Amino acid sequence: MTAEMRKVYLDNNATTRTREEVIAAMAPYFGGIYGNASSIHQFGRPARTAVDEARNRVASLLGAASPEEIIFTSGGTESDNFAIKGVVNALRSKGNHIITSAIEHPAVLNTCKFLAKEGCLVTFVGVDEYGVIKLDELKKAITDKTILITVMHANNEIGTIEPVEEIGKIAEEKGVYFHTDAVQSAGKLPLDLKNMNISLLSISGHKLYGPKGVGALYIKKGTKITPQMLGGHHEMGKRAGTENVPGIVGLGKACELAGKELNAESKKLTELRDYLYKGITSKIEDVRLNGHPQNRLPNTLNVGFKYLEGEGIILNLDMEGVGASTGSACTSGSLEPSHVLSAMSVDAADIQGSVRFSIGRDNTKEDINYVVGVLPPIIKRLRDMSPLYEKGK
Amino acid sequence: MEGQYTEKVMEHFRNPRNVGEIPDASGIGNVGNPVCGDIMRLYIKVDENEIITDAKFKTFGCGAAIATSSMVTELVKGKTIEEALKVSNHAVAEALGGLPKIKMHCSVLAEQALRRAIDDYLAKKKAKIA
Repeated sequence: MTAEMRKVYLDNNATTRTREEVIAAMAPYFGGIYGNASSIHQFGRPARTAVDEARNRVASLLGAASPEEIIFTSGGTESDNFAIKGVVNALRSKGNHIITSAIEHPAVLNTCKFLAKEGCLVTFVGVDEYGVIKLDELKKAITDKTILITVMHANNEIGTIEPVEEIGKIAEEKGVYFHTDAVQSAGKLPLDLKNMNISLLSISGHKLYGPKGVGALYIKKGTKITPQMLGGHHEMGKRAGTENVPGIVGLGKACELAGKELNAESKKLTELRDYLYKGITSKIEDVRLNGHPQNRLPNTLNVGFKYLEGEGIILNLDMEGVGASTGSACTSGSLEPSHVLSAMSVDAADIQGSVRFSIGRDNTKEDINYVVGVLPPIIKRLRDMSPLYEKGK
Repeated sequence: MEGQYTEKVMEHFRNPRNVGEIPDASGIGNVGNPVCGDIMRLYIKVDENEIITDAKFKTFGCGAAIATSSMVTELVKGKTIEEALKVSNHAVAEALGGLPKIKMHCSVLAEQALRRAIDDYLAKKKAKIA
């Protein structure tokens, strides 16, 4: 018998492992405390208290002015849908123009495309070679019909951080709402919403070591938004449906822990990320860094291995016990090359060979050493098979 | 069939047969481009009896592209040109125990690479006679 293979999970932007503390916090709300948070009796009251407490914790991580600005949802996708469709519905009489970026998550991109079919005008603002939105283009795109700017805080594929403070200022000046998808950044980058010109912000539980199936939308006080989920009076009348109490408690706990550990964790992740990049580039040639060299999520490393297609690398890494992903064609179930890298004008062949390593709190230096050890023979084997490799020589 | 690769596909991906080049190939077939994500180059060696005695490939592409390249070279070795022309993309996919729907184009590419290599061989033969 050989020793069990080392397992290294480097796909934390896809999802994270729910923390033990979070699971422990949630446990009582599956069985013991099962009441409906809307019930006024003794069965419902502790559930209500737990939901309120979780709301405080989420508000605190985001730096919201009040917990009432936090609405619980089923996750990042719902939050994005709610924010965008909700504003479009509420501001129909004012205008129908939305501005977004070319590199948004599908939850935003496809919502905008859907609304374009429904009669909205949508401007997709381009990005530079590092994936940073072109602010001059964004400014020029604003008209008197513009009702919403939606630009992500940090990109899921490459980790580039967008200038949300500047966008917020522009939106404020023009009297336009600004929504940001902060699913990848919440818990990794500091946020202080009470001092930022952000009207709406989406987060997801499972990206920050909380459970799947729960998220939140921050709605700044006074923001006009039409509910998308209709029914009872839950969530201050903004989102109907019996509260997912265990999930909400888990999200709250995850936010509390993320807030406490943000600075130390961010430092550790940055070190591991840069250590991985250094290791890869010291052993493998013809590697490109995708994303901004500095203004990037502390945990995200997207690299392009020239002359290769990413899926082969992912499959080989998987055989070695390493979980990573490609933003390119194959894994997403579509054959289109990454819309993010395409928008950054990365060469078509180079897009194909891109791999995203997203580090998490469980990863150690030994994990990174292991990956840096198994990767070079994989790359060599695949390059020896590639008809493009000789051309590059 | 959804998403996942069969054991056979993974086996050919892990241990691809006939990787490489044939320096004095009788025919070479190039297909695909980097934009679509797959490039295959297939080499065949044909003897005086029109039998394919050797086949090799180089492929830039996903797991399915590598597995179909490997399988098509295995399928045509020892076959006559006439028999090899009958090897379809379905035969390649079937020999691999099936392919996910979105990867069927990889088997099409393998068939095309084989056809091109045979065309190249036939054109060269014609040029020699002429």
